[in-house]
Amino acid sequence: MPVLMVLLVLLPLVTMLVCARAPHRVAAAVTVLTGVTAFVLAVVLVPAGVDHTITAVRYLRADALSLIFLLGTCLLYAVVAIYAVGYMADEERAVRSDTAERQEIFARYSRRFYLGLNAFAWSMICAPLVNDLALLWIAVEITTVVSALLVALDNTEGATEAAWKYVLIASSGLGIALLATIFMYHAGSQVLGQSYSLALDPLIHSSAQFPHTPVRLAFVLAVVGFGTKVGLFPVHTWLPDAHAEAPTPVSALLSGSLLAVSFYAILRYYQISVGALGPRFPQTILLIFGVLSLLLAALYLLEQRDIKRLLAYSSVEHMGILAIGVSFGAPIALSGVLLHVLAHAAAKANAFMGAGVLVRKFGTKELGRMAAGIGLLPWSGPLFLTAVLALSAMPPFGLFRSEFQIVSGGFADARNAAAAALVCLVTLAFLGLTLVTTRILFRPRVEMSDVAAPMPTRGEPSRWMVTPVVVGLLVLLVLGLAPPSELVDLLSRGASELAAGAR
Amino acid sequence: MFLAYNPSVPSVFSGTASTIALIVLLLEFGMLRQALLRGQVRLYAGQSLAVSALAAVVAFGHNVPELYALAVLSLLLKVIAVPLLVVGLLREAPDEIAGSGAVSVANAVLISIAVAAFGFFAVGVLGISSDVLPTVALSLAMAVVLVAFILMILRRDVVSQAIGFFSLENGASLASLVVAAGMPLILEVAFLFDLLVAVVVFGLLARTHHRRAQSLSTETLDRLRG
Repeated sequence: MPVLMVLLVLLPLVTMLVCARAPHRVAAAVTVLTGVTAFVLAVVLVPAGVDHTITAVRYLRADALSLIFLLGTCLLYAVVAIYAVGYMADEERAVRSDTAERQEIFARYSRRFYLGLNAFAWSMICAPLVNDLALLWIAVEITTVVSALLVALDNTEGATEAAWKYVLIASSGLGIALLATIFMYHAGSQVLGQSYSLALDPLIHSSAQFPHTPVRLAFVLAVVGFGTKVGLFPVHTWLPDAHAEAPTPVSALLSGSLLAVSFYAILRYYQISVGALGPRFPQTILLIFGVLSLLLAALYLLEQRDIKRLLAYSSVEHMGILAIGVSFGAPIALSGVLLHVLAHAAAKANAFMGAGVLVRKFGTKELGRMAAGIGLLPWSGPLFLTAVLALSAMPPFGLFRSEFQIVSGGFADARNAAAAALVCLVTLAFLGLTLVTTRILFRPRVEMSDVAAPMPTRGEPSRWMVTPVVVGLLVLLVLGLAPPSELVDLLSRGASELAAGAR
Repeated sequence: MFLAYNPSVPSVFSGTASTIALIVLLLEFGMLRQALLRGQVRLYAGQSLAVSALAAVVAFGHNVPELYALAVLSLLLKVIAVPLLVVGLLREAPDEIAGSGAVSVANAVLISIAVAAFGFFAVGVLGISSDVLPTVALSLAMAVVLVAFILMILRRDVVSQAIGFFSLENGASLASLVVAAGMPLILEVAFLFDLLVAVVVFGLLARTHHRRAQSLSTETLDRLRG
């Protein structure tokens, strides 16, 4: 099993090397192959992770918690790689008959895109696998800088602005997270000696003896610092810009995977803090940030004009749900949170990929200029609808199950007010999301703001842009209706790891 | 009534350390008013030099050979490589970044003093102490971090904002010398190389911005809202 982990970390690196040299088609094929292989490797790791913690070459470690986040990342790596084939083929077709200069520009764009995509996936695979809080910080910082370059890739005015805001705000946030790492080191050094590595196992096991003040400080700094990357209010401001301006495959990865990976970092600090301080303090902090994020996102969802920004705010909403779920602390809520991570990854990737098709079709991101999508897109229209319904936690999709678990965990643990607020705000967000979706898909064209615009032709832009969405839908259905028993074991094991210190 | 004032005389070591930490903070204040791109980078190099020197002082005072290695590495990367990279990537840009402040320099300094004082005393109250360096160095590190934020907020040009982030990292390095001096060298080296990657990306994005907007100012970056 340790070999598989090393393979998982090395594979995307090799693909990066290939993509740096290879022509567009080879790069696309190799990336798809790597994405699918990575997902298979992650799935193979699951049964081993249920039984025990896997370690490899001193710096790699996987327990149930890291495997769940790894699964989410690798799933998205695979589907996004497939989607990117269709996304890029469309652009390639546009330049094929064009001048050599334009073709050269496209070749450079494609090379950068695939290089960045694989580097981004690599850093997000590394983050949950490293066995060290300092290396975790480094991995998260690498996800930031790589994805900032990807956000800037389209080289439009909006992309440049979004990339600069993103890299500056997220890096400053990570500067705060670096202080959290340092104070956690200080707390640990009281017990583990002046010089030690920040490996997770010793930190978690000896956390009960840590002095309280530095741990409190480290936890709050970690929530604010890594929370910047998660998109928690009030440090979420980079998020809608970056998600809206990035190329669609990157938006899907950002929203489904990057936010979750940063949340993973918070969970590690949570584990240690709960061991040192007891559950009350960390849970209160997470509850405050979670409720505020959820409230802000639900309100913004009601008044959006841009389809990708809409989905970005929906990400803020779901990250708020995760934070609230952890703050409930009951095992059923925690396993709900972990399931939510997987289901949200699949659903949000589906929604972004569907939105990407809509944006291609209508040639705009503005919601006011989209209408009657369901007639124009025989596959992507209905699929986008299911993705939005899944995001709103409708049965029979995975998010229904996970949010149900979280809410029932809240009521079981006598957090009635918070659980009720959660239900109300999620309903508000549901209203915003479905209202907009109905407008895009079912509103007749005559009600559009510019009826005179040329009518797009009926049909899908590319088969490659539909297949991954169908895969994502199947995953959502499986998670909602009949999650495999190994996965259920993994989730409950992850939940018990998280709750361990609270007892 | 007998009022005894009991002055505690600092040792040469802690006096030197506190002075160097103070220099780091003063250089941070200098960045609030610097009017030239290269001057801003030079201030950062000077600040990094001070942090490297402090690492060497700690290495000498406590006899930790690992910290000498850290001091040399941090000197090579932060004092030489990073400034060269930033200036190299922005060589097409004009040297002038004056007048990018959202408020006047005097007001910026006043705000920074207030914020720095808050950071200084807030950390002092926590009672986190270390055997390596005087606690005042930790308070100063916090002040550096907070003033770096003020710098990023108040200066509206890409160079000052980027340098603000790099100097925030300097503040964190200072804090880590106080409370986490024993951190394994391999991790410190990883941090430094990570910073280098970040510097390249900041530089690339700043250059992209300059080519697109024909200026280093970020005042035009306000189209994405809502």
